[in-house]
Amino acid sequence: MDNAVEVKRAPSAPVGVTKAALQAEPREIELQLYAKREEIYPRQRIGDSLGFFQKWRWAAVWATQIVFYGLPWLQWNGRQALLFDLAARKFYIFGMVMWPQDIIYLTAILIIAALTLFLFTAIGGRLWCGYACPQTVYTEIFLWIERHIEGDRAKRMRLDKEPLSARKLALKTFKHGAWIAVALWTGFTFVGYFTPIRGLAVEVATFAAGGWSLFWILFYGFATYGNAGWMREQVCKYMCPYARFQSAMFDPDTLIVTYDRERGEPRGAGSKKTTRPEQGLGDCVECKLCVQVCPTGIDIRNGLQYECIGCAECIDACNYVMGKAGMPKGLIRYSTERALTEHYAAKGIWGHVLRPRVLVYAAILLAVTAALFVAVAVRVPLKVDVIRDRGALAREAEDGRIENTYRLQVMNTAERGQAFGITASGLPGLELASEPTFDLPGATTRSVLVRLRARPEDIPPGSSKVVIGVKSLDDPGVAVEEKTVFLGLKR
Amino acid sequence: MSDIGASQFYSAFWDYYIAIITIVSVVGCAVFLWLQSRRTVKAQINARGEIQTTGHVWDGDLQEYHNPMPRWWIWLFYITVLFSIVYLILYPGLGTQWQGVLKWTQVGQYQGEVKAADAKFGPIFAAYAAQPIEQVAGDARAKQMGERIFLNNCAQCHGSDARGSRGFPNLADGDWLYGGAPATIVATLTEGRNGVMPPMGAAIGGRADVEDVANYVLSLSDSAHDSVKAVRGKAKFDTVCAACHGADAKGNPALGAPNLTDKVWLYGGSAATISETINGGRNNVMPSFKNILTGPEIHLVAAYVWSLSNSGKSSGATPAATPAK
Repeated sequence: MDNAVEVKRAPSAPVGVTKAALQAEPREIELQLYAKREEIYPRQRIGDSLGFFQKWRWAAVWATQIVFYGLPWLQWNGRQALLFDLAARKFYIFGMVMWPQDIIYLTAILIIAALTLFLFTAIGGRLWCGYACPQTVYTEIFLWIERHIEGDRAKRMRLDKEPLSARKLALKTFKHGAWIAVALWTGFTFVGYFTPIRGLAVEVATFAAGGWSLFWILFYGFATYGNAGWMREQVCKYMCPYARFQSAMFDPDTLIVTYDRERGEPRGAGSKKTTRPEQGLGDCVECKLCVQVCPTGIDIRNGLQYECIGCAECIDACNYVMGKAGMPKGLIRYSTERALTEHYAAKGIWGHVLRPRVLVYAAILLAVTAALFVAVAVRVPLKVDVIRDRGALAREAEDGRIENTYRLQVMNTAERGQAFGITASGLPGLELASEPTFDLPGATTRSVLVRLRARPEDIPPGSSKVVIGVKSLDDPGVAVEEKTVFLGLKR
Repeated sequence: MSDIGASQFYSAFWDYYIAIITIVSVVGCAVFLWLQSRRTVKAQINARGEIQTTGHVWDGDLQEYHNPMPRWWIWLFYITVLFSIVYLILYPGLGTQWQGVLKWTQVGQYQGEVKAADAKFGPIFAAYAAQPIEQVAGDARAKQMGERIFLNNCAQCHGSDARGSRGFPNLADGDWLYGGAPATIVATLTEGRNGVMPPMGAAIGGRADVEDVANYVLSLSDSAHDSVKAVRGKAKFDTVCAACHGADAKGNPALGAPNLTDKVWLYGGSAATISETINGGRNNVMPSFKNILTGPEIHLVAAYVWSLSNSGKSSGATPAATPAK
């Protein structure tokens, strides 16, 4: 076991020249199928300021979290702007109310989300994983808390090795307390999308929250705490399916975080007395900062690995070191597989962005997005189902005309109450024998009885197609027509 | 032994068959996990001290890198094994011999849900059942409940607007075969009705005589008729038909004999149809609902039906025809 762990770390040992390694013989060792997880202590700060990509990562953290924590507090027309009321099966999205019948829009949104992932992954590699995924974002937030309480990498490693002391206990308690606070707030916010958050806030503040709300707050709080505090890179490495299938969108022209092996090797600290070329060294000074900052604990100099989430922390670290050493930046950089072998400059990389894979993803994405916008724009906030009486086909009314009965299931999916008028057409002299108008409060559904009459001589044998129309009396744009049949009596 | 034990198609062998397969699978999984957690593989180490592959080669060139799972992962598997053991102790998962500590059954769960629903809705029904039907009919919520029951149980024959069709009475027109008092409607619903019009062709005479009577019947409601034939038919009507329909032809609710002086026709109001009724008779059944609906449910649906011809406000009860656009 210990043996296995020791050897497992070997890849992060120098790949270049060390005499001891060269003397080692190829051999076989016994390894277990399960290994103890090693804690990773990503170093977060090098130098005084954030690196270029670190700034982008923090921008993504702020952008996603302001939206996530802020949106449920927004009000719209006297109600929560974004509320997914699962119990009432109504989704309130700003001015719109979505009903279960509108699930097709959700499908479109999911397709758009998937295709956006495909497109960005094909162009920029695991941008989602590195910058926007909640797992990354919350780990980032939790690491920030950790650094401000326990200190950066070296201090944390030292602290974990220390025996338990009052100071250690205090620091750990404080850290976990802060994590749990953030996690609970996250759980509370999440539940706030499904149950009105203002009411929920009052319940939580007065300890009156109970039942499912409380369960889900605790559940999502626990998930946040566990995933961002304890699981971290293990979620990406062992659990996440996206991490694995994104490699299916990669091709030789996909931007990845790469180490320029030709420029860097052979690596070594070197001496300041002569130039590095004179010592036979490449540009890599073997400072190992790229390994120390990696949140998944890999060495990017070993090439593209499935653990790499594309966060570009190593690029920032290496650029800092190159700057200090007076060498050009970009020993570790965003590049493509093809650009490395063919020695493209930036222009060459850009020239390969528009390739069939990217164009196809972009075309489908545009088409589905356009379709969604058009569909939402022409959506009529009124739904009508005509349910023809099955038992009673037709009857003779007291005036000798033939009468058919229908039930309209009418849903006013707008939020204001409206009066609606019913029309019918399709047969000569077809008349409405029931109430021609009805009222329907906002966001409700109602069954409306409709009786149609026609003279027997006007009804052809068999069934005739007729159209029942429902039209808002306040807004002529809100109108729906539904087809149904009218049956005569056998003479 | 449970009920199915008595079946000749059932053998206790299958209980043991299922139980043994289940137990062996669960124990087998646990043993397999334990073995895997202790198993080792031989891995190649290259000259630089890096682990290469586990040495497994498939298909000539597919090799396996050594990527061990974290150790806590195996505990997830043990938890599933533990879960299945607890589940099998609590629930009947090992054939019919073991009923589980919780004694759970599908029927039991169903009955529990019914009981819970009764406890929830019972008081609402009971409150309406204690009120007279005329009062219940004025309650909007009670009418909604009644309509719902009507749509599920009565609309198949009487139509979703309760206006019936040929052979099925219109319940909204205020005309009643057996009477429209609330108590009578409840009695009709509870016990059902069997309306019989016997074939009277032979008693009346020949085809021409029946036609005469039919025209007389039409004349009673001022419908289109042949007045010569109607005059001829009156005598036959008074001797034969009046026994049930009354000398004034206004019908007899005690028998369910319809009023022939209005224009309400159950089977159609043409001379030919009336002749057919006289010749062949009619037999019509309203089934009893006492085994389908509970007393309080019948009370509510009776109130709904009564309201159709008595409140004048209920939906579908406005006969005014409006031209469609």
